Amino acid sequence: MTVTTPSSTSRRVVGVLRFDRVQRAAHWVNALLFTVLIATAIPLYFGSFFGLILARHPVEEVHLWTGIALPVPIIVSLVGPWGRQMRRDVRRFNYWTREEVAWMRSLGRSPLAAEKFNPGQKLNAIFVAASILIMLVTGSMLKWFRFFSVSQREGATFVHDSLAAVLVVVIIGHLFMAITHRESLRSIFKGTVSEEWATTHAPTWLRELRERHEVPES
Amino acid sequence: MGRRVFIGLTALGALGVAVGGQVQNFLSNAAGSGLGGVLPFGDRFRIYSITNTYPKISRSAYRLEVSGLVERPMTFTLDDLEAMPATTFKKTFQCVTGWKVPDVEWHGVQLSHILETVGVKPEGAFLTFESYDGSDTETLTIDQAHLPDVIVAYQMLGAPVTREHGGPVRLYVAPMFGYKSLKWLSAIRVVTELAPGFWEQNGYPVNAWLDGSTGANNPDPGLT
Repeated sequence: MTVTTPSSTSRRVVGVLRFDRVQRAAHWVNALLFTVLIATAIPLYFGSFFGLILARHPVEEVHLWTGIALPVPIIVSLVGPWGRQMRRDVRRFNYWTREEVAWMRSLGRSPLAAEKFNPGQKLNAIFVAASILIMLVTGSMLKWFRFFSVSQREGATFVHDSLAAVLVVVIIGHLFMAITHRESLRSIFKGTVSEEWATTHAPTWLRELRERHEVPES
Repeated sequence: MGRRVFIGLTALGALGVAVGGQVQNFLSNAAGSGLGGVLPFGDRFRIYSITNTYPKISRSAYRLEVSGLVERPMTFTLDDLEAMPATTFKKTFQCVTGWKVPDVEWHGVQLSHILETVGVKPEGAFLTFESYDGSDTETLTIDQAHLPDVIVAYQMLGAPVTREHGGPVRLYVAPMFGYKSLKWLSAIRVVTELAPGFWEQNGYPVNAWLDGSTGANNPDPGLT
């Protein structure tokens, strides 16, 4: 899968497609929803301060419906004919080589010829996916609390609040990695990375694309 | 591999729901009250208000109006309430949505004492409570109102009830979920028919017993 400049007479390769349109759209809708969730969670959690300036109920409603909407862009980007690349990438998260496990265990010190995503990125994706599910379930338990015992509600509050704190830390980490890795950051805006980047950061992936003739041999 | 991690994390979440209440109690005991106020596992109040702001009522401007089916309708100032026999006890504040603050010190007048002062007429069966916020209302049966741990509180956590906690005067209904403990209490009316309160009109049970019972073990005439 290469991108060519339409004006060139010879097909000049400008980059390797890392995220297609569907994935980029899903990512940005997801990012927007996460932003709204965090922005509404802060006044809900620190209500003793924000209660003076904001009505709690509308904030609560926005938080609730944004939370319910959170899985939608992911599901939409996975199903249907447009979700081919997304499905392929999700399958990558499930596939771990022995080297990748060793790399993760040594916190990135053991040698690794990275796939499209390095083990840290895979773990992050899995963590975020599981978190979305857990937040959705525990959040629903707090909204429709009647069906649960008080002890279960306490447990759901505990999990929802603690995981929210962890998620904020993970998201800050994600943003930090994004702004310190300019080229991979560009790929979530424009879709592509250079072949040089792929050679350094994802050599196994680049070889896979070449074997499939999605990127020409250089 | 990825799938296993996903399932593992989800199972951890389910475990957290199952034992989170106990973990929270353990951690907040271990962390002490200092940390407890900030960390997610801490025992902290979440301040709710159904209107845009918290009503601001000064000590001198505060009035509690008690009217309806009573022999002597009366209006109490904060000084009047403080001059009445007071009661102090420690009880957990338990929210219906699953957070709680244990061992909160409450101080105020038993509601039963106020009702005796004004004299409830025989046909009075229910109480309606109103708030200075102009929107919140609550209700209790006369018998529920006579429980010893149902009080009109003017001190909480060892100090005058703060504005965010419903000060200067709020209701505290110890045996029920927190939404029954109406904040910024402005009026009590004795009536013949049940008028569900704000939260009850929004689907919460009128009888909010903490033990989840329908009130079979509690004085609870006429309500389901």
